[in-house]
Amino acid sequence: MPIEPIAKILFIVVVMVVGIAPLITWIERKQSAVMQDRIGANRADLAGITILGLLHPAADVIKLMTKEDVVPDGANRVLHLLSPLIAAVPAIIAFAIIPFGGVYQFGDTTLNLVGADIDWGLLYIFAIGSIAAYGTILAGWSSNNNWSMLGGLRASAQMISYEVVMGLTVVGVFMVFETLRLTDMAIAQDTSFRIFGFLNLYFGVDGWWIEHIRLPAWGIFYQPLGFLMFLTAIMAENKRPPFDIPEGESEIIAGYHLEYSGMRFGLFFMSEFIGIIIIAALTATIFLGGWVVPYWSTADIIDLISPFMGVGFATGFCILIHFSTFLLKVFFMIWVQMLLRWSLPRFRYDQVMSLCWKILLPLSIANIFVTGFILLLVKG
Amino acid sequence: MTVETILFYVFGTLAVVSALGMVLNIRNTVASAMNLVVTMVSLAAIYLLLEAYLVAVIQIMVYGGAIVVLFLFVVMLLNLSTDEFPPGKQRVVKLAVAIACVAILTQVVIALDRDPLLAAQPGAVPEGFGGYRQVGLSLYTDYVLLVEMASLLLLAAIVGALILAKRKID
Amino acid sequence: MVPLNHVIALSAILFTIGVIGVATRRNLIVMLMSIELMLNAANLAFVGFNRIWSQVEGTPTIDGQIFVLMVITVAAAEVAVGLGILLSMFRNRDSVNVEEVNLLKW
Repeated sequence: MPIEPIAKILFIVVVMVVGIAPLITWIERKQSAVMQDRIGANRADLAGITILGLLHPAADVIKLMTKEDVVPDGANRVLHLLSPLIAAVPAIIAFAIIPFGGVYQFGDTTLNLVGADIDWGLLYIFAIGSIAAYGTILAGWSSNNNWSMLGGLRASAQMISYEVVMGLTVVGVFMVFETLRLTDMAIAQDTSFRIFGFLNLYFGVDGWWIEHIRLPAWGIFYQPLGFLMFLTAIMAENKRPPFDIPEGESEIIAGYHLEYSGMRFGLFFMSEFIGIIIIAALTATIFLGGWVVPYWSTADIIDLISPFMGVGFATGFCILIHFSTFLLKVFFMIWVQMLLRWSLPRFRYDQVMSLCWKILLPLSIANIFVTGFILLLVKG
Repeated sequence: MTVETILFYVFGTLAVVSALGMVLNIRNTVASAMNLVVTMVSLAAIYLLLEAYLVAVIQIMVYGGAIVVLFLFVVMLLNLSTDEFPPGKQRVVKLAVAIACVAILTQVVIALDRDPLLAAQPGAVPEGFGGYRQVGLSLYTDYVLLVEMASLLLLAAIVGALILAKRKID
Repeated sequence: MVPLNHVIALSAILFTIGVIGVATRRNLIVMLMSIELMLNAANLAFVGFNRIWSQVEGTPTIDGQIFVLMVITVAAAEVAVGLGILLSMFRNRDSVNVEEVNLLKW
């Protein structure tokens, strides 16, 4: 009985998809309310007790499940039914490669807190993103509606353009860490590097200040431009505002999910919010060090606690610390995305396209060149 | 009867069924394109079983994620989805061509079964076979000329597609 | 894993379906998609042979997979140009039926 994969799948489905995605709808409501100086939704109650509006996600689920499922008249019924699934399933299975913790040794068993530790993990995310584009395109086409078709066409062009840029922006990080496996990438960020180390290496300058002014070896400090570009590209890939042209509420009514009601719309809605978690988890793993605590590496944690309680308990405590750090970073990135959503106006469609092809693509290629040049200098 | 063997036959059957669905589907071009996507993704799964990992991912990203999206884009833009052409004049000839192709196919499959060299089971492969490191190293050391020629070919295709799609050349 | 001739048989079946698609259908888009299917079948044959015969004097080579990458590149280029041609044809004749493109027929 393979207990470990089943436990991981249950964790992903129950905790992440069913637990945290509705929580993020609540975060969106409350954060937008705080940013806009209002109270937000707080009236859903259970026997008269409202808990700051935390029951609204549950109320949403009940509402969406009990609504009538309307399929428009001339629509292609099979594709109309399949499109929410094609949009939602890639978002959920993208959790398979996100490392929630490192690799821990318990005597002779190894615990690896990843669903599937595949060697080309980052490429898997890009492949999943390519397939997820079909949900939007088919939803737009199969609804037999002009506005949906416009939304679907815009979505397809936007998503396939930003896939290219998304791949290129990560090449810089790939060159620095020399691995595509997300676990190894997080482990490589488990140290710290000296900011003024180049003075020591090339000019022979020495001093305590060179040795002790250190930054954690995170991707964002090695590739700041790559971080900004990757965040832009993956937010555009997920059709997240300010890139939500395909579902532009004020222009094409609701774009590709106009003719969807009830739980099918709920699936689209949920896939966008699961995409938010995926964006946050990916950015946290690649650029913010994942489950790594800054300045306190795994060996240090275990060495600190094991004299008191033994190595096994120390490793367990280390797992707890790492997992909570990862969740903290994920929630920080979710907060950043919500901030961007509620402060920036929507891009116009030609601005979205020119941002991709005229600005991000040359910048990412220049980033690759500069990174390669510096790596050639540093590593000989 | 390992899991890999069963998976190969499952994905092989899926590929053949969706390829047939793509070719024989008369009414709906978008359904044909979606069947093509299913074929390509099942072929990518078979590549994974054959330990060609980078090729499988590139197959999904390029074929399934860009080429068929391009097909769908053109179909949606030109609204070509439900064209039904009147029956052609040469139906019997087409049926004969199809039967001839299937006959040649059966000959090929029977000939494959008799060749002892091809009946070999695949042996073990070293670690990292088909991974991105080996393919990348090989591409940029042994086959770097191929990469350059491929880039020239893509440039020519981009220019050609742009000119063909413009309404008037000014 | 399966013996090699099953992989090649699958490749041959897919190739034949592609040939039937190109020979019998009149819709240009379906013909282009059938050509893509044929290229995919050839890719499968390449990858299958590469898996079996990857030892050349002891060093495992991945030449088959390199060729598959080139075939994918060529297929992408061909689809782009083919769809451009289709667009021009649609603009001129308002149809993608290849039997209507017969002005040069004697």
